[in-house]
Amino acid sequence: MYDTGKVLIGILIFILVFTSPILINIAGGKSSVKANPQLPKSGNCIESKEYMKGYHMEMLDKWRNMVVRQDVRFLKKADGTYFMLNGMKAEMSLTKTCMSCHDNKAKFCDECHNYLDVKPYCWDCHIDPAITRKEQMP
Amino acid sequence: MSIDRRQFLLIVGGVAAAGIAGKQTLEVFAENQSRNSKGFAGKRWAMLIDLKKCNENEGCTKCIDACHLTHNVPHFDNKKDEIKWIWKEKFEHAFVEQENYFVPEQIKQKPVLLFCNHCSNPPCVIVCPTQATWKRKDGIVMMDWHRCVGCRYCMAACPYGSRSFNWREPRPHIKKLNPDFPTRTKGVVEKCTFCDERLARGLKPSCVEACPGKAMIFGDLENPNSEIRKMLGENFTMRRKPELGTQPEIYYII
Repeated sequence: MYDTGKVLIGILIFILVFTSPILINIAGGKSSVKANPQLPKSGNCIESKEYMKGYHMEMLDKWRNMVVRQDVRFLKKADGTYFMLNGMKAEMSLTKTCMSCHDNKAKFCDECHNYLDVKPYCWDCHIDPAITRKEQMP
Repeated sequence: MSIDRRQFLLIVGGVAAAGIAGKQTLEVFAENQSRNSKGFAGKRWAMLIDLKKCNENEGCTKCIDACHLTHNVPHFDNKKDEIKWIWKEKFEHAFVEQENYFVPEQIKQKPVLLFCNHCSNPPCVIVCPTQATWKRKDGIVMMDWHRCVGCRYCMAACPYGSRSFNWREPRPHIKKLNPDFPTRTKGVVEKCTFCDERLARGLKPSCVEACPGKAMIFGDLENPNSEIRKMLGENFTMRRKPELGTQPEIYYII
C-alpha cells in the first residue's frame, strides 16, 4: 500500500471525529439529554419497574389481542385473583388501567419515546386523558 | 440424502399425529379462555326491532345518538364520507326484495333502523385477508381495528352496506369524545359490534338501553326462555335479504 502512514492517520482522525459525541460524553461523565419520565406518586404498578421498562410494549400487544380477539377483559395476578383498581376489577386497558395512574402522556410516555425516537401509534385511536380533560374545562 | 419408504411413512405419520394433538390443545385453550366473569354470555346474539313501536316516536334518534356517543362515531356532512353504525332508511330501500307493486304508502315510507346484521354466515368474514373481522362464538361479527388494513373487501362483500370506511381522519369530526372507547384512524373500516365491550360488563347494547319505546329487544336465540325467542314465536318477523343465505340476525316486526 502506498502512503501507509498517511492513510492510517487519516482513518484514525476520521474515527475520532465520527465518534466524538460518544467520546466527549464518556470524558464528561454524563450525557447531555436524558429521558426523565415523571412517575405518579402512588406507586402500585401491576408489574415491577424493570419488567415495565423492558416489556410494556409486549404486554400491551398481548392485552389487545386478549381483549379484542379472545374477549378476556380483566387483569389477573399470578395467583389467579383479579387485580383491583379503585374497588373495581382492573381491565386490560391502556387508557383505563395504565393511564389512570400515568395520566400525563407528555411527561411519562413521550419522555422515553421521544428520547428513543420511537413512534407508537397507540394514541392515533386511544384517547390521551389530557384531551378530554381539556374539553371538560370551560 | 435419500429416504426409504419406511422412513418416509414414519415422518409423515409423526407430523400428522403432532398436528392433531396440537389442534386439540389449541381448542382446549380457546375454551378455557372464553369469558365468563360477570358479563353476559350468549351463544347466538340477535336483535328484534319492533318497527310499530319504533315509529310511535316520530323522528326519534335516541338510539343513534347513544351509539355514536358511546363509540366515538364521527359525523361528516358529506354523504360520501359518512360513517354509519346505526341509521335509518326507507322501508322500500331496506327491504328491496319485497317486489310487491302495491305496498301501503305508510309502510313504504316507514323508516327502518339498520345496522350490522351479525350474520350467521357472514360474507365479510370470508373475504377479510387479515382476519381483522371474524365471527365470535357468541355470534357477534367482531372487528379488530388494530389489524384492519383498509382493503375494503368486506364492504364489497356485505350485502347490507353495514360497513363504513374512514376516508378522512375521523377524530376532528367527533362531537364529543368518549375517553373510554377508542376512535378509529383514516384508512380503517368500522361497523357495529353489538357493544361487545358493554356485554362483557353485563350491560345491554347502548341503543337498546337508549330506546324510549322499548322497540329494540336484544337476546340469545339459543336460549328458549329469552324474551327475543318468545317475541319471535308470537310475531311474524322479517329479515333483510334472507334469500342470499347470509342468515342475518336482525329481525323486524313490520
